[in-house]
Amino acid sequence: MAYNAYSLKEVANKPERLAAGHRMCAGCGSTVAVRAVMRALRPEDKAVVTLATSCLEVSTMTYPYTSWEDSYIHTAFENAAATTSGVAAGYAAKKKKGKLGETYKFITFGGDGGTYDIGFQSLSGAMERGTDMVYVCYDNEAYMNTGIQRSSSTPMYADTTTSAVGPDSDGKPQYKKDLTAIMAAHRIPYVAQTTFIGNFKDLHQKAETAIYTEGPAFLNVMAPCPRGWRYAEKDLMDICKAAVETCVWPLFEVVDGEWVLNYEPKNKLPVTEYLRLQGRFKHLFKPENAALLDRIQDDVDHRWEELKTRAGAL
Amino acid sequence: MSNRGRMSGNEAVALAIRQIDPDVIAAFPITPSTEIPQFVSRFKADGLITTEFITVESEHSAMSACIGAEASGVRAMTATSSAGMALMYEVLYVAASDRLPIVLAAVNRALTGPININAEHSDSMGARDSGWIQIYSENAQEAYDNMLMAHRIGEHPDVMLPVMICQDGFITSHAIENILTEDDAPVRAFVGTYEPEHHLLDPETSVAIGPYGVSPYVFELKRAQAYAMECARDVIIDVAKDFEKTFGRSYGFFEEYRMDDAEFAVLLMGSAAGTGKVAVDRLRGRGVKAGLVKLRTFRPFPADALAAALSGRSGRGGRDGRGGTLKSLAIMDRSEGFSGFGGPLGAEVRAALYGRADGLKTINIIYGLGGRDVRVEDFEDLYTELDAMQGMEARDIPYVRSLGQREG
Repeated sequence: MAYNAYSLKEVANKPERLAAGHRMCAGCGSTVAVRAVMRALRPEDKAVVTLATSCLEVSTMTYPYTSWEDSYIHTAFENAAATTSGVAAGYAAKKKKGKLGETYKFITFGGDGGTYDIGFQSLSGAMERGTDMVYVCYDNEAYMNTGIQRSSSTPMYADTTTSAVGPDSDGKPQYKKDLTAIMAAHRIPYVAQTTFIGNFKDLHQKAETAIYTEGPAFLNVMAPCPRGWRYAEKDLMDICKAAVETCVWPLFEVVDGEWVLNYEPKNKLPVTEYLRLQGRFKHLFKPENAALLDRIQDDVDHRWEELKTRAGAL
Repeated sequence: MSNRGRMSGNEAVALAIRQIDPDVIAAFPITPSTEIPQFVSRFKADGLITTEFITVESEHSAMSACIGAEASGVRAMTATSSAGMALMYEVLYVAASDRLPIVLAAVNRALTGPININAEHSDSMGARDSGWIQIYSENAQEAYDNMLMAHRIGEHPDVMLPVMICQDGFITSHAIENILTEDDAPVRAFVGTYEPEHHLLDPETSVAIGPYGVSPYVFELKRAQAYAMECARDVIIDVAKDFEKTFGRSYGFFEEYRMDDAEFAVLLMGSAAGTGKVAVDRLRGRGVKAGLVKLRTFRPFPADALAAALSGRSGRGGRDGRGGTLKSLAIMDRSEGFSGFGGPLGAEVRAALYGRADGLKTINIIYGLGGRDVRVEDFEDLYTELDAMQGMEARDIPYVRSLGQREG
């Protein structure tokens, strides 16, 4: 697909499919992710959006209001992908019987709780079955809707309300689950990891590819949360940029099983450049915690080398 | 013109599914309902149905996919049992509150603890407050007939609620019985097509299903849902009348067997009714005025009709204008409620009778747990006990006892 024509000004001028007036926080990454993904839909195509229970769900579809211009369904926390399977099957049935002329696309959004954890089985099932859908995880690395509890996506040593930092605790003791790699292991046609960088070209192109690839596609979008990560609203883009420049959150895609690294920093920054922007890692900067920072750096370095090997880079 | 067939309850349900040819089926195998998705796969492989068959990875996903499919404006069905239904509980409530007339073929089996694969009603009883219509079948014939009526009931504009058609695991699902089946064309004409007013794939209007409900709205939505369940009573009877006119077999909220002048009766649901009827016949042969009431519709609960029938007053679904001869009644639960005073059917029937059938002595019987056989002789003993209850003060009659359980 030729991406040369990309223009942020142009795509940003498309009619919004998530209307203003919803109740999400200022500085939240999830609606930024949603709007960017939805901009990749062709204007003539319709969509059905499924949401897992999440901040996004309770704040954008509060009866009797909805911010969604497209048809929308929410059923529960752990079953967004299965719900979409049903909608897509209903669509297939209607198409087969000649009852529907329009083209619909099926886009599902879940937070990391609804994706990495409680909804993991449902997601894995829908992907394995080859459902023609896009699943977008807006990954803010904790259960934010219930008040910042740790998830399997929470990075090591982050301070959350269920991995509290104190004299006997350094924060979350476990590593973050590598969900994007797990989804790639499903051998689905398209898997990608992205976040908000520059003019959003990376996210836009990945969303477009995901939506217009036949079969299942998975997008993992780092989408910071100002409450949980403890940053000033205006710093959202800086944090995402730091995540990419430190290789904490590399940009890559897996197309029909081929790993492609989309960006390699010329000057890979130390992880502290990313961690110091966020209150959830504040305790790591005490002198006595230097070893913890080293461990995070080692892990990021290891994962980065592994990714480069997979992608055949260098 | 009906055809004579010989098949199990699962085969009868599968035949109904083939004839209805729903748009979507999402199912996950669990004993004893596993055969149903197997038949669906066979029908698809043989080109006999147009159904989209979603082979989900769990029952929770089966019901979730049914919700998505039905919300897209098509017919969705599933089948399950026991732990599978328990895994669905969360989303059963969602299906009902979203007013999606999904049809679920339930093959009743004990809930785990300990794991057991045999007949018990604990699975669907756990879903009794989920907002689903629940219809129980005595045998393969009823399972088939109830399946043919399910969509007409659930999809009625006054109702729009999901429907569970229950049959007893193994006893009904696997035993081969002689049944009457109908030709495909009249079945399809009877079931009709489904054209819901609102759905996700309406190109003219986007819809939002499953919103966050705030306090100023939820109560009203729940009341509307409860009202739909009340409306289902009339629809169940109307559909049964049309079914009788079309296919010749008669159904109501419950069946009264030799109740005209009965002094002692048992009330129960499902396959044990057949055994109970044999006992009634034997006792009648000995001059005992025994009768039996088989409840078919548990949700909505036909409280008025049941109270009227059991107290001798006329009522819809009950008898007309006959005297109240009934003296004692055993209400039989094939599930333990762990309330310390019996099972759910016992509690609900007694609540329906309170103030409307004073003087009628009742006892709640827990039977058949984990597939324990209930024999004709057990029923005969029970009727003897009901006779003895006549001479007792109501306060001296235990609320509940179990039947067929070994002592020591």
